[in-house]
Amino acid sequence: MKSVSLLLMLGLSVATVATSCGGNPAPQNTTPAVDTAAENARIRDSINAANAEAERQAAAERERIENQRRADSLAALARAGDEVRSSLAAMIHFDLDKSNIRGDDMGALDQKVAILQANPDLRIRIGGHCDERGSDEYNLALGNRRAQAAKQYLVSHGIDASRIETQSWGEERPAVDGHDESAWSQNRRDEFEVISGGDNLRRP
Amino acid sequence: MMECVLAVAFLSIVPSFQLSGQDTSAIDRGVRIGIIYRPGVRPGLVMLPRTGMGLDSVRLIVARDLDYSDRFEVITLPGGDSIRLATSSTAPRGTSTRRPGTATAATGGAQSGTLNYPLYQALGADFALDITALGDTTVATLHDIAATGIRRTLRVKLPRPGDADFRQAVHRLADQALQAAIGTPGIAATRVLFVREGKVYQIDQDGADQKLVSSTNRQAMSPAWGSDGRQFAYMEFQAGKGWLYLQDMATGKRTAVSTTGSALDFTPAFSPDAQTLAFSRATEEGTDLYTINIKNNCCLRRLTVGRFSDNLSPTFSPDGQRIAFISTRPGLPQMYVMAADGTDQQLFAPFDYGVTGSSNAPEWSPDGQSVAFHRDVAGTLQVFVLDVRTRTVRQLTSVGRNEDPTWAPDSRHLAFVSDRSGYRQLWIIDLDTGRIRPLLQQSGARLPAWSPRLSEAPSTNP
Repeated sequence: MKSVSLLLMLGLSVATVATSCGGNPAPQNTTPAVDTAAENARIRDSINAANAEAERQAAAERERIENQRRADSLAALARAGDEVRSSLAAMIHFDLDKSNIRGDDMGALDQKVAILQANPDLRIRIGGHCDERGSDEYNLALGNRRAQAAKQYLVSHGIDASRIETQSWGEERPAVDGHDESAWSQNRRDEFEVISGGDNLRRP
Repeated sequence: MMECVLAVAFLSIVPSFQLSGQDTSAIDRGVRIGIIYRPGVRPGLVMLPRTGMGLDSVRLIVARDLDYSDRFEVITLPGGDSIRLATSSTAPRGTSTRRPGTATAATGGAQSGTLNYPLYQALGADFALDITALGDTTVATLHDIAATGIRRTLRVKLPRPGDADFRQAVHRLADQALQAAIGTPGIAATRVLFVREGKVYQIDQDGADQKLVSSTNRQAMSPAWGSDGRQFAYMEFQAGKGWLYLQDMATGKRTAVSTTGSALDFTPAFSPDAQTLAFSRATEEGTDLYTINIKNNCCLRRLTVGRFSDNLSPTFSPDGQRIAFISTRPGLPQMYVMAADGTDQQLFAPFDYGVTGSSNAPEWSPDGQSVAFHRDVAGTLQVFVLDVRTRTVRQLTSVGRNEDPTWAPDSRHLAFVSDRSGYRQLWIIDLDTGRIRPLLQQSGARLPAWSPRLSEAPSTNP
């Protein structure tokens, strides 16, 4: 609102300038015979024209502001979508050779439950991953367990199982390269990605 | 079969025994660990040096094959031609180290079987192998030193060096010589499949002729040989699923196993008659074992129902009657066995609950007596062998991380993955002597599968 009145004032000052400018041609008119009535009418017309111009500019400004406001609100919506998307994609992690959901990851999964409930068309895929320490082939089974564990959590909280696909990648797609516990603990994870229905995500 | 005394022991190095006055450098390259053996049981074999007669590469390949068989003490004559033991009419004067009374009649060269037998006997040789050319025929003459005569003469027409089948043909000649000497088939004409950077490669057992066999860019795992050595199976990641394929070795033609692609299928294993493929399938219910008839592309059959456990990594006994596999039913993965139809499931490799680490990647030996696998020991993997009859296990490795063992057709050599040199690469261990040698000096190789004995290429040559 503040900006609106400011812009209106700006518009008026523009009008004022326009008025003085409009007056400029007058001294240039060197015709000695001056019809006062005609001159007054001309000044009036000029003031009216300036007022009309100011009005027009103010209207343009109002429209610009309205557009801006609309864009801002779209951006806000998009920001909300990004937030939803990022909490949907937040990974969960596992202990060595384990596939049970850790207590500190339940909050993240609860958020996903809420997002899935708020967006009934949303379908997701969970990918289970392992660190490089275990056996290469066994890790395919372990990664499957990890993906299933997250799916079961979501399903047990009311999400239709048909909306969730699972994959196992074993140790074949590490998130972090490295051969220490810091890398391993980040690689023992579930990843979540949108299959469909993720274009206009609503906040839960 | 083995006169050696095998035991689980971790005397890190058992020195190779010395043959009097011989250069044993060829024998010393490998490190012997973990096994005590009684020296002196391996026959000595000498390759007769020949100069100026061609076939150097053939002699080299055969000598290495015989060395890698670990069946002989391969006696390397010192100093090239400074000692000329084979009597030959063309032997140059002055460079021979003839000893009084050991010279034999020189007429006819080695082909007549006239050899300085007493001298070779003094060097500890039981056999001498002489490889010569007779026109376009390669002649390998195996001398029996004790019997002072020729044991066998082998005549083969070898492809030219550089031809696709040259090395395999030479390997087959080495195997024939080995069979002539000790009556046991060799493993020279074999290959190992392995995975590196998501692709399947093959390599000859002597480390030569590495070749890409994957035909797509998709990530492959778990190659497994068909028992005739003419095809292999493997798993490929595709659209988030694990697909199983069969691929013909000679033509490279590949076929998707029917019913695959709906889930994550992995760890394929052929039955000995190559009619059946056993594999693991991961679904919502976990991972279970299935078999499918690959001859008629039918008859998918589920062998395990492990609602709360995973069952994976099947391996057939060589008679096809049983399947060893890994199950997580005790909590951690351990080795189980069942009849090939899925009945009579029971624990196979003993373990201490809460103490013994995870056991994985079993492979039944071709002679049926053992199952090799790896087990987590104090946070790292080590290769073990289960004795099927007594159900006792022994640990074969202790240096670095060692995993995914695969049997040579002689059931005494294993290829496996080890990082003992600083990075993961393929190694071969001989269980009888404990000798270990690198198969491939390239990092990142894994999941090896040793072929059966390979006969002549079935369809590559028109």
